[in-house]
Amino acid sequence: MKITRRDAVAMGLGATMVAMLPLRVSAAGEEAVMAFTGGAEAGEGDITLTAPEIAENGNTVPISVAAPGAVEIMVLATGNPSPEVANFKFGTASGGAEVSTRMRLAGTQDVIAVAKMADGSFIKTARNVKVTIGGCGG
Amino acid sequence: MISRRDFLQVSMAASALYGASGFGNWARLAAQQRLTQDDLLKFDTYGNVSLIHITDIHAQMVPIYFREPEINIGVGENRGQVPHVTGADFRRLYGIEDGSASAYALTYDDFAALARAYGRVGGLDRMATVINAIRAERPDALLLDGGDTWHGSLTCLRTQGQDMVNVMNKLRPDAMTFHWEFTLGSDRVREIVGGLPFAALGQNIFDKEWDEPASDTFESYKFFERGGVRIAVIGQAFPYMPIANPGWMFPEYSFGIREQRMQEMVDEVRAKGAELVVCLSHNGFDVDKKMAGRVKGIDVILTGHTHDALPEPVLVGETVLIASGSNGKFVSRVDLDVRDGRMMGFRHKLIPIFSDVIEPDKEVAAAIEAERAPFREELEEVVGRTESLLYRRGNFAGTWDDLILAALMSERDAEIAMSPGVRWGPSLLPGQDITREDIYNVTSMTYGQAYRTEMTGERIKLILEDVGDNLFNPDPYYQQGGDMVRVGGLGFTIDVTKPQGERFSDLTFLATGEPIDPARSYVVAGWASVNQGTEGPQIWDVVESYIRKQGTVSVPKNDSIKVIGA
Repeated sequence: MKITRRDAVAMGLGATMVAMLPLRVSAAGEEAVMAFTGGAEAGEGDITLTAPEIAENGNTVPISVAAPGAVEIMVLATGNPSPEVANFKFGTASGGAEVSTRMRLAGTQDVIAVAKMADGSFIKTARNVKVTIGGCGG
Repeated sequence: MISRRDFLQVSMAASALYGASGFGNWARLAAQQRLTQDDLLKFDTYGNVSLIHITDIHAQMVPIYFREPEINIGVGENRGQVPHVTGADFRRLYGIEDGSASAYALTYDDFAALARAYGRVGGLDRMATVINAIRAERPDALLLDGGDTWHGSLTCLRTQGQDMVNVMNKLRPDAMTFHWEFTLGSDRVREIVGGLPFAALGQNIFDKEWDEPASDTFESYKFFERGGVRIAVIGQAFPYMPIANPGWMFPEYSFGIREQRMQEMVDEVRAKGAELVVCLSHNGFDVDKKMAGRVKGIDVILTGHTHDALPEPVLVGETVLIASGSNGKFVSRVDLDVRDGRMMGFRHKLIPIFSDVIEPDKEVAAAIEAERAPFREELEEVVGRTESLLYRRGNFAGTWDDLILAALMSERDAEIAMSPGVRWGPSLLPGQDITREDIYNVTSMTYGQAYRTEMTGERIKLILEDVGDNLFNPDPYYQQGGDMVRVGGLGFTIDVTKPQGERFSDLTFLATGEPIDPARSYVVAGWASVNQGTEGPQIWDVVESYIRKQGTVSVPKNDSIKVIGA
């Protein structure tokens, strides 16, 4: 496909508009966490969420979650129109509870990972991922 | 066994000693017109390992003028902390006399007058002399290049970096990391790296498709045995390459800070017997400072990217941060005492490359000449003359950028202009001719097309807020380095302490003095778009055409930007 200057500029500005709105945690996001935990409070624990500080491409952001001993891991993009990104279940034959995926982010927002542990308790962690237009390197 | 407390005392004493003897003496000697190469190089060799750090040369092979910033604001925990200290405050902090050689090298005031007294700085042939002198005292010193080497001049652009590769090879670096190099395109980078006689490092350079280290081309670290010490040098390339520069030019690669992997690499090299761990970084100073406090076990971080020059190291815990400036203006020497598998102390000197004081190395001078000869006529053509001091550094504006913005608005018939807040590009003194080489030195790049488009007032505000957050986000890991996008035809107020979306106010359309209308479309010209397929004339041709018409240029004081919270 040949991209004309007009298209390129339009695309650039489209990206700008998306990037500029820092998104807050949506009610849907909080609801999704509550539905996952059955209303229980998720505490801190041995759960690691790896995500870029600034996304290189908001359309495909690589993340990984590790939570040793988890039976289930849920990933939420709290600022997306549909916050639920993925839900991973680990059986007794699973290896370590560690997952990687890529997701689309509508803008700068917190990504949350919640893990259900074997004893039925929940732990969670969050990372802020920035989506930006960039363009001015030193 | 030396305690941490002892370690810090020893280190600080050594450092303070050097700051004092080095800088105090230059001021006095220079005042007596006796500044010599021996004074600049004077160093009591210490310990058993020497590191030589050069970074952000931006293809400046020959001596230039380079004015340091007046405005360099730190936010969050870095407010008022080095390197966010400038001018008189900087001189007071380091005990530098006004008007001294050190004041000229490290601060901005009276720049034109001091430049006439002390002359040009830099030049790879002078750097070679300094490096060879250090090697004469410590033959196995490690020479480490922090990157932004193969970008920034006419000859570098024309030869796709080959001129710099050829000359740098004569300096015999031991390792290098990267940033602007990638704007040559990934094929060209791989072609050059494949032939380099030294290590190309970057633990954070990843294969994008498989999200794993791109170790077929870039190693994460390399071991060196020097002075009986096993040294591991870990590379850290610029983390935000595909965001700050056009990702489509190197689509196979992903970067990022990758702090966890940095820790894994440190642990891995320690497990393999590293007694000294050095990080050769292009993170930027504040990012490195944060990383030093979170990643355990790095002895020395050789910082780059943000172009800061600090006459003393900054200590974070037991990690020593070295900042060696840009554009070939400085060489850092760090001597270390490594015993019983750990660093016991250091001695450091930031050596300014005063071009008139340091004898050029003949072999390297000849190599530079050979690279420049085919372009001589083109380089030296006089395009115009400047009555103003032309410089770039500063968070919000520089006279070079004001000139470029005026050229964009005039030549591209635009109401508003935007110019990227890069930190490279030498200065010109009032009364100097402007040659084509000078214009390329502040504009050359592989994506220099000057676009012309329309943007609503709302979009202009959104762009300012986005770029502003890259510079003033209180968390350094969210900063990309560089400075604020420069604007022409537009005035604004910025409160650097506010969050994104609230920093910019009072946007004013300077042509009418009226507030920017969010709903109105403005004709905007700019350059260095990261978008693929951007069309327009090259920025250096736009600037040349404008300066030719003007003959002699003069840049009025820019008073259209107001800063709050600095």
